[in-house]
Amino acid sequence: MRFNLNLKECEVTSRALWASRRDFLRQTMTAGLGGWIAAPLVAKAGSLGAKPNPAFRVSDPTTPLEKVTTYNNFYEFGTSKEDPAQQATDFKVRPWKVVVEGEVNKPQTFDLDDILKLAPLEERIYRLRCVEAWSMVIPWIGFPLKELLNRVDPRGNAKFVELISLMDPDQMPGQKNAVLDWPYREGLRLDEAMHPLTLLTVGLYGDVLPNQNGAPVRIVIPWKYGFKSVKSIVRIRLTETMPVTSWMKAGPSEYGFYANVNPAVDHPRWSQAKERRIGDFLKRPTLPFNGYADQVASLYSGMDLTKNF
Amino acid sequence: MTQRFGHGMEPNIPSARQRQQPKANRAIVGFKILIFVLALVPMTRLLMNGYLDALGANPVEKILHNTGFWTLSFLMITLWVTPLRSVTGWTFIGRFRRMLGLFAFFYVVLHFLSYLVLDQFFDWPNILKDISKRPYITVGFSAFLILIPLAVTSTDGMMRRLGGKRWRGLHRWVYLAGFAGVVHFWWLVKKDITEPSLFAIAFSVAMIVRVLMKVRKRPSPSLIIPH
Repeated sequence: MRFNLNLKECEVTSRALWASRRDFLRQTMTAGLGGWIAAPLVAKAGSLGAKPNPAFRVSDPTTPLEKVTTYNNFYEFGTSKEDPAQQATDFKVRPWKVVVEGEVNKPQTFDLDDILKLAPLEERIYRLRCVEAWSMVIPWIGFPLKELLNRVDPRGNAKFVELISLMDPDQMPGQKNAVLDWPYREGLRLDEAMHPLTLLTVGLYGDVLPNQNGAPVRIVIPWKYGFKSVKSIVRIRLTETMPVTSWMKAGPSEYGFYANVNPAVDHPRWSQAKERRIGDFLKRPTLPFNGYADQVASLYSGMDLTKNF
Repeated sequence: MTQRFGHGMEPNIPSARQRQQPKANRAIVGFKILIFVLALVPMTRLLMNGYLDALGANPVEKILHNTGFWTLSFLMITLWVTPLRSVTGWTFIGRFRRMLGLFAFFYVVLHFLSYLVLDQFFDWPNILKDISKRPYITVGFSAFLILIPLAVTSTDGMMRRLGGKRWRGLHRWVYLAGFAGVVHFWWLVKKDITEPSLFAIAFSVAMIVRVLMKVRKRPSPSLIIPH
């Protein structure tokens, strides 16, 4: 629990602020039609029975649920931000299986219910920084991916983890367009995948994941750009060689394998120095590793992050 | 329009055709009012949705994209007027060209102001960096700069002062502005180029028809009329 000790005083949420989070949420919710729709979800808060993990909690106010669920990049359901909320309403998340295979001694297929019971569910409040220079703060629910990976016993030669989304053009109309090479795939180095921050995620704001946010199971890697955090995962493959990800294929000069949040390395077409927090008017400076440098910078010591973007 | 570009060749009195068709003129005025009102709808919708807080989670992005979209749309419609007039023979649509072009300018000004105030909030160093370093902003900003003298010289007075030939020469820059605008959009989208492609097609067709009309007209120079 090294990361616990690294927690700065300023990052610890005061009790009052933590309590006021709900007020903030409630006030935001009651304002407008969005609140009317989202209210039942909030009322059910805690239905996953997740315990807040105080070690993983940023103090920034959380982004209202309504924004989190209506502004999504999930190209399987269309390329506009509003598409997923509209196109994913009938998405079937049960039955759901996740195959874990590759360089492992005990390959396994997990049913969604197995996953929900695999480890204690925690609520963690992470920053999410999109490569498009906007950001949110989201209370996710899940457990470290390493809990799952340990179950399959990775072999010594396993160096990378490939994460693959569902391929189902009937349910995911966006896959009928070759915008990306479907199914969506992303990858991590094994040590990144095993890092305590890497969260296998099944819920947000106390409840199961809304379809548009990657239901029923996704990954969240808070120090990397959002596109690394694969949604609706059906396959996890441990490999010896670095997997080629969907975005690397789509734009090798623009999207690298690492995709660590880095204000010093611009996207070839736009600056990454600042970001607009959803709900804010003025942009704020982007933090190296999205503010998680204390915990993850050591993973990349000695690496040229300009080249390994 | 023909009359406005006259080099003193045409007498400055209403033509026989115009005198005979007061009704047609009234229809033109009616159409102009209709286009004017319709052209303000996108801005009105933005203002209304802004007031109702209905611009989504990222209102700044929405305003930027929307004003950009309508700038390009009005630019394309404007560029379509002349080819459409040539192909269909509907000479009257030329009477709407200036207003449509000015609405393209109106929306590009809103687009630029949104970038300046809402997106950058007068962060001049960063704006200069954007313009010099980001190709899509460089071309977009160039297109905006091109449109400024065109809007300024759009009045009857300026047409007279410049003279038809010079005025037309200056206003041919709108082709470059249209091209730069489409490139600006093409280069900024992350992956889905559907919308930029549609604008690219609209632009290309308008230009191809222009070239074809010019080639067809060349054998009989007497038919070349200013437009």
